[in-house]
Amino acid sequence: MVSFIGKVKKLLMKLNTKMRSFFWNIRRILHNVKTKIGKFLDKYHLNFANKFPGWAKALLYLSPALIVLTIFTFWPIINSFALVVYENYNMSNDTITGYTLFGNFLTVITDESFIVPASHTGSSAVINTLIIVFISVPISVLLALFISVALNSIKPLKSFFQTIYFLPYVTNTIAIGLVFAYMFKTDGGLVNQLLGMVGVNAEGLSWVESGAVYWRSMFVLIFYGIWASLAFKIMVFLTSMQGIDKQYYQAAAIDSTPRRRIFSKITVPLISPMIFYILVTSVIGAFKIYNSIVALFGVSGAPAGVDYNLQSIVMYIYQFIDGSNAGNLSVAAAGSLILFVIILLLTLVQMQVSKKRVHY
Amino acid sequence: MELRLENLTKIFTNKSGAETTAVDSLDITIESGTLVGLLGPSGCGKSTTLFMIAGLVKPTSGKIFFGDDDVTKLAPEKRGIGLVFQNYALYPHMTVYNNIIFPLENLDVPRDEAIERVKAMANLVGIGELLDRKPSQLSGGQQQRVAIARALVKKPRVLLLDEPLSNLDARLRLQMREEIKRIQRETGITTIFVTHDQEEAMSISDKMVVLDFGQEQQYAAPQSMYNNPGNLFVAKFLGNPPINTFEAEIKKGYLIINEQKFMKTKIADGLYDIGMRPENFRAGEEGFKVDVKDIFHIGRDTMIHFDFNGSNIRALVDSDDITTGQKTVNLTIKTERVYIFDKETGKVINHG
Repeated sequence: MVSFIGKVKKLLMKLNTKMRSFFWNIRRILHNVKTKIGKFLDKYHLNFANKFPGWAKALLYLSPALIVLTIFTFWPIINSFALVVYENYNMSNDTITGYTLFGNFLTVITDESFIVPASHTGSSAVINTLIIVFISVPISVLLALFISVALNSIKPLKSFFQTIYFLPYVTNTIAIGLVFAYMFKTDGGLVNQLLGMVGVNAEGLSWVESGAVYWRSMFVLIFYGIWASLAFKIMVFLTSMQGIDKQYYQAAAIDSTPRRRIFSKITVPLISPMIFYILVTSVIGAFKIYNSIVALFGVSGAPAGVDYNLQSIVMYIYQFIDGSNAGNLSVAAAGSLILFVIILLLTLVQMQVSKKRVHY
Repeated sequence: MELRLENLTKIFTNKSGAETTAVDSLDITIESGTLVGLLGPSGCGKSTTLFMIAGLVKPTSGKIFFGDDDVTKLAPEKRGIGLVFQNYALYPHMTVYNNIIFPLENLDVPRDEAIERVKAMANLVGIGELLDRKPSQLSGGQQQRVAIARALVKKPRVLLLDEPLSNLDARLRLQMREEIKRIQRETGITTIFVTHDQEEAMSISDKMVVLDFGQEQQYAAPQSMYNNPGNLFVAKFLGNPPINTFEAEIKKGYLIINEQKFMKTKIADGLYDIGMRPENFRAGEEGFKVDVKDIFHIGRDTMIHFDFNGSNIRALVDSDDITTGQKTVNLTIKTERVYIFDKETGKVINHG
């Protein structure tokens, strides 16, 4: 038996060397062919590749991506600037009644349910979005920081825990949303059952269905948003924490630094570029929130039979493209530009603040 | 404060279970207020020893005493040590001032006194004007000073330096080594200095420990260690150019070199390793005649190459004693400068 295993091992080793030398020879042959072609081209002055400047070659390699980006990103951006000055644009027959500079912006701003809460809804798209941004982003960033510090200090089963915390990232958003909606069901939902177990009377307490109040639905939405976005943040923080030189921690240990101060004075400043990156991208991401609301509450953006609405700015814009007000693209373009300006301003503010706080 | 290592041992076990003894039952007592150099080739366990004293590495067995306190089980922050890392480990996002005051922020020190101490320490190490800079804006030598100031500002019981000069250029190294010696004298703090550079260790230390494969080879004052090496390893490790070593036989009370009687000795007959330092040879009218293989005139000194029992030997002699084109040279060496080592154990036989 032992000799048999030995023979198989020997055979595999032999096969391995054969394969490696095979690929080695192929590389040699290709190299020879390449040199010969190069020599031939040089001889008859046909080697045009050398005649192009470097940037022209780079542009050539970039062109496939550039073409796609132009069609699907740059052109729509330019187009939305054009759309916004059309008055009463009709998508089906491509006609307009005239041009206006601020008309579409005024339509959006004065619209009930964009900024000012409509009398019958009790909330507006901007208010909803701002609540989501300013509650979920700080909480999720802080939570991710603490979890990554904890994960970083775990020794046994390290990669196991890291995998667990990374799982939400590879799971579909809509699927998670549906599971959440199920967990927060009024009758027989996991959350209500748990609440019942710890002695809270949760009978008929509704979260995402008819009868839910605004803050309960919002809580579920924020909770869901934080949970779904944690994984990526943890991964980024953990990776950058593992890149910190161990000597800083040894030096801190010798200087009897308490854990809290090690965290705030060493870990956080040293990964501050990553924290800043995560902060900017998650603020932008939170402003563009769309699919998690749809996953929890459907395209209406509200539990059935309630007098408020949880729609975000993007959902508001979307209704002019493919929703209740379909076809009014000029208004949608105006809404997008307003969203763009809000995000731009906030990012500029963050960059200003970061100049003092971020250490590169 | 006196520092005592008792039977200190560290064994590292890798994933496949193989054991490496990094430090092997070290017994050293370091007197209060002295600067001790921990010297040895790379991988000899000198940094491991230092980190065990610091508490960053747990010893496998043995004990560490600071004065009368057993600190073996104590966490690093409770030992009251200052440690200067090889690459300084200055916090890159803090200014020099914040770096130095950092250890004090964790202690019960009034703010005024803390600021006072930071300034005094910065002046002591000569970086008083650089307090507002970031470490990246400093030169290597300045960073080194900041690191020493940070280690000293909390008035540690022991100062540990882990190859502190290896990242500096040659001239700065000479300067910093005098600086470290001066700072150590002024503060009177017990200091351990790890280095692989024998010249550095010899010039700075009051006493030094030579380690090889985790074992103490010799613990003595630099000059006495140089003149009376305990074994072949120490003899080979110290000195530049290195000591000449060759095999030779002792027959009937005489050391035989090139089939001639070289000198009289009382050591028993047999085969031995012989060590002779190049600079201990003197050229003159009389002495042991050797055929010159190669000769290099280096200003004040002249290096002569010749054979002793088939091994190449170098002698560093005064240029005045040599005339150019000499084919043979007569060399003398003092009897106490000939080191005879046991072939089995490597221990010196005619010294000690």
